[in-house]
Amino acid sequence: MAKEHAHAHPVEHAHSAQHSDHAHPNYIKIYWILLALLVVSMIGPEFEIQVVTLITAFGVALVKAYLVVKNFMHLNLEKRYVVYMVSTCLIFMLLFFAAVAPDVMKQEGSGWIKPKVNVPAAAADHGVEAAHGAEQPH
Amino acid sequence: MSAAKPIANLRTAAEMPTGKLAVWWIIASEIVIFGGLLASYIMYRLAHPEFAVDAAVTNTFIGGFNTLVLLTSSLSAVLAHQAAVENDGKKAARLLLYTAAGAVTFLVVKSIEWTMEISHGYTITASPFWSFYYTAAGLHAAHVIAGAIIMLFVAKDAAKGLELHRVELIGIYWHFVDVVWIFLFPLLYIAK
Repeated sequence: MAKEHAHAHPVEHAHSAQHSDHAHPNYIKIYWILLALLVVSMIGPEFEIQVVTLITAFGVALVKAYLVVKNFMHLNLEKRYVVYMVSTCLIFMLLFFAAVAPDVMKQEGSGWIKPKVNVPAAAADHGVEAAHGAEQPH
Repeated sequence: MSAAKPIANLRTAAEMPTGKLAVWWIIASEIVIFGGLLASYIMYRLAHPEFAVDAAVTNTFIGGFNTLVLLTSSLSAVLAHQAAVENDGKKAARLLLYTAAGAVTFLVVKSIEWTMEISHGYTITASPFWSFYYTAAGLHAAHVIAGAIIMLFVAKDAAKGLELHRVELIGIYWHFVDVVWIFLFPLLYIAK
């Protein structure tokens, strides 16, 4: 145990020193902002207007994610290369999907012919029928 | 040759404790995993309008409640970090236990929700939407379980004033789990 304490103290000092150069933001205030944004993201789509839904659901999600990453994860206080490391992974992932999206999403045209998928009649109707159709024994 | 036990926070690489660097690398790799899954879902969702029929079945209130739970657990995680910086291990441990309680609440609500959906025939094979739904939410739930278990170990040491730097590391991971849910919520529950 004594040995563990011997390790613990320099660790704590290093930890404290690492964060002594910045003040903590008001986490409670940020939390209430996040909750307000959650309410907006739930109410907005109730209007059933596509633009409003896009802004309140997905636009607000981006803002919420930004607030969490900046204020709770403190990414803005990390070394600059951490931002580059994380954003590089994000950008390459998006590039990959941007490249394959035309193939995945476009299902017609001479260069885009896909093998025909046999969909059960019930599944073709979608919804509840599809669910029950999948349960039937073959 | 030193006989001292290597501790991630004492070693540094690229001007950063190796423990924290490792956590950021994990998050960078998780971005590709979850990002890939979500990007696939968005592509299929846009190409297949019939996804909306299945998406209409998911319960927005339950999804919203779980978002509230995760945001609250993120608050307690960051407050635990603040307590650790102030060398208050007991307070940090208590706040980490609150965070773990949030994780358990999330999982209980999720299990009730899944039980209702499966009992109505919406299984993972029911349609492509439900395949994405259970895969994405299931993968996320696995991360919640892992985070909660690790948090209990960190809290145990923190209560004794040991390894307080780990409070921040598990916090960073937990906030990332929260961020993933922030995007899953509108995709699976709101975009009808």
